[in-house]
Amino acid sequence: MNPLEGYLLVSAFLFAAGLAGALSRRSAILVLVGIELMLNAANLNFVAFWRYGPHPEALTGIMFAIFSIAVAAAEAAVGLALIIAIYRHSNTTDVNQLDSMKG
Amino acid sequence: MSVAFFILVVLTLAGAVTAMSLRRLVHCALALAASLAGLAALYLELGAQFVGLAQILVYVGAVAILIVFAILLTGSTEEDSPRGFGPSHSPAAGVAIGAAVFAVLAWAICVHAAASPAALPAKPAAPVQQIGDALMGRFVLPLEVIALLLTAALIGAVILAMEEKHGAL
Repeated sequence: MNPLEGYLLVSAFLFAAGLAGALSRRSAILVLVGIELMLNAANLNFVAFWRYGPHPEALTGIMFAIFSIAVAAAEAAVGLALIIAIYRHSNTTDVNQLDSMKG
Repeated sequence: MSVAFFILVVLTLAGAVTAMSLRRLVHCALALAASLAGLAALYLELGAQFVGLAQILVYVGAVAILIVFAILLTGSTEEDSPRGFGPSHSPAAGVAIGAAVFAVLAWAICVHAAASPAALPAKPAAPVQQIGDALMGRFVLPLEVIALLLTAALIGAVILAMEEKHGAL
């Protein structure tokens, strides 16, 4: 098994774990954690393809990973603020009980 | 494929699975931080120092703390009792979908890798000065867009989490 394959398999497992968690956990915070894990799996792919790809001197993979980290940070901040606002409104973070759009 | 790689992989994957399966939310946040730190070490192992250190700063430093804050502010230290874990609330469906996705991805990776010969390039270097030059040259427009996005996210997060005053707005 060459190293790129190893990194891609790790990334695939990370993505699958995040997806399973985001689909099956009931706390909205843990759903967000699952989404973060999936984003990180994508970042690992970017860096691994940069490392073993044909043109590493172009730095595209690294740049994409850096911008992706910045976007993920913004997403986490807004997502957690939303969760706090929802908690203040309906007093729960259980996604099974958050089933109405209009308070 | 060094020993360090396997240790970091075990740390990362075990942290991810633990973060997604424990019931106490604070333990989940701790496992997530461990997993993200392992991922940062994997970036360092790949030779991407800047990305690895940014990962430590942003994820292990900021996002993990933010998640702990959200857990404490919402007072949900534990997921509700498994009373609701009837047939309709069982996590089996989510786990099955995750396993199916992993199986498809792993199959695709293995099939493709078997077709391509392993010709490994030398370890590329990405000094910070080169990254800075690229950020100020070729990637300056995405950098400005990200700056705008972060400003908007900052203001938006403050407004969303702000106490609602009756009669205001």
